Amino acid sequence: MIALLTRDLRLAIRAGGGFGLGLAFFLIVTVLVPFGVGPETGLLTQIAPGILWIGALLACLLSLDRILALDWEDGSLDLLATAPLPMEGIVSIKALAHWITTGLPLVLAAPVLGVLLSLPPDGYLWVLVSLALGTPALSVIGTFGAALTVGLKRGGLLMSLLVLPLYVPTLIFGAEVARRGAEGLTVQTPLLLLAGISFGVIALLPFASAAVLRINLR
Amino acid sequence: MMPDLGKYADVVLGSYAVSLTLIVLLVVVSIRRARKVRAELERVEGKGRSDG
Amino acid sequence: MSLWEYANPVKFIRTTDKVLPWISVLAVASLVIGLIWGFFFTPDDFRQGSTVKIIYLHVPSALMAINAWLMMLVASLIWIVRRHHVSALAARAAAPVGAVMTVIALATGALWGQPMWGTWWAWDPRLTSFLILFLFYLGYMALWEAIENDDTAADLTSILCLVGSVFALLSRYAVNFWNQGLHQGASLSLDKEENVADVFYFPLLVCIAGFVLLFIALVFLRTQTEIRARRTRALMARERMA
Repeated sequence: MIALLTRDLRLAIRAGGGFGLGLAFFLIVTVLVPFGVGPETGLLTQIAPGILWIGALLACLLSLDRILALDWEDGSLDLLATAPLPMEGIVSIKALAHWITTGLPLVLAAPVLGVLLSLPPDGYLWVLVSLALGTPALSVIGTFGAALTVGLKRGGLLMSLLVLPLYVPTLIFGAEVARRGAEGLTVQTPLLLLAGISFGVIALLPFASAAVLRINLR
Repeated sequence: MMPDLGKYADVVLGSYAVSLTLIVLLVVVSIRRARKVRAELERVEGKGRSDG
Repeated sequence: MSLWEYANPVKFIRTTDKVLPWISVLAVASLVIGLIWGFFFTPDDFRQGSTVKIIYLHVPSALMAINAWLMMLVASLIWIVRRHHVSALAARAAAPVGAVMTVIALATGALWGQPMWGTWWAWDPRLTSFLILFLFYLGYMALWEAIENDDTAADLTSILCLVGSVFALLSRYAVNFWNQGLHQGASLSLDKEENVADVFYFPLLVCIAGFVLLFIALVFLRTQTEIRARRTRALMARERMA
């Protein structure tokens, strides 16, 4: 399993797309928002947590088809399926690799981009915490979507259609934590709910993803 | 015959119009596709039988 | 005689052929009676004026939008556990009907909300959940269309339906948490106190019966269509092989 993880990470770094693309996209989204809504600091402060969450979510979505599509094309996915590793393990590792290459950089970049959106000082910690808790869920859910559409020729758009509704609960609670944190309110309830969703998804969804992948490899 | 709908007439009539249109559309599409598929199946089955 | 006999496509088609005309007639009859009763012969509500007549479309379609998804969930489970093709096809057949019901519920809701709440659209929890439900229907139907192999499509969509149900439920509670609503409480609960008044209640029941029957009739018809379409495809494939 660790070998698979290091392989995926090395491939992502060599190809260059994994790390850079998601981050660049995140940066562009956050830079574009003030152009769209105007430069008033008050307004930006108010919407900053939400924008950071939406940006992170879209950057995640953008890189989802890389999770499985390449391995599907060159046949290494079939190879992995016959390996002694259970399919659940494979999809979990794939999701973890995606999180390390996409989610983690986004989490670390979010506070920096928060400066651009004049995020209030109280907000930095909670934006960081909520993204750190929420992005693993995004990766795991995204792996499910990628597994569903792996065999399809133009799966990208369909995958977005399938994955976006599944992102709703995570987005709501994550953005709520960030918003309340930024406004200095108590964050306990949404934080617990966000953690609940994340852990639940991480624990259960790999079984669905593995089932789906087995069907697709039949 | 027509009840007095007052100032909300357009809203009420609008929602009836929208809903009934959608329902009728759904029914018509379903029935047309049912007919088409049924005819297609009969054609294919008939051909298969005459072949063998 | 058990329910599983209807898992046989031929048996299913034969039986539904027999009951379909009756259900259709009943559906049309109760819809016509309920809607005419509701539209022409009920008084205006003292607060909502004539807009109360929208309830005869709004509530039944909203009910069916949710029930259609539940029916798809059950059918998907049956497909996963017992692998009856009719069940998978019935789930597929129900999806567009459910989607249309969702649109009707949203459209009538928007039209109703305009005079009552002063806005076409508000991010009210129930409205938002229905929008999300609609997105789920879209994704489900798109996945069915996208996959060529019938069995693969049935398997994948069933799993999507299961996972989607969990997430739809989660979203429902998330949305509730996120914004307090404008909607009134339950209008059909057994608790008399908070119910809608009797004058509106009985025509509403007839309309709901009409929508349920309409849904059943459409699902039967569309399932038959799917069975025939698949048989046609199988025969064509066999012919090409020969």
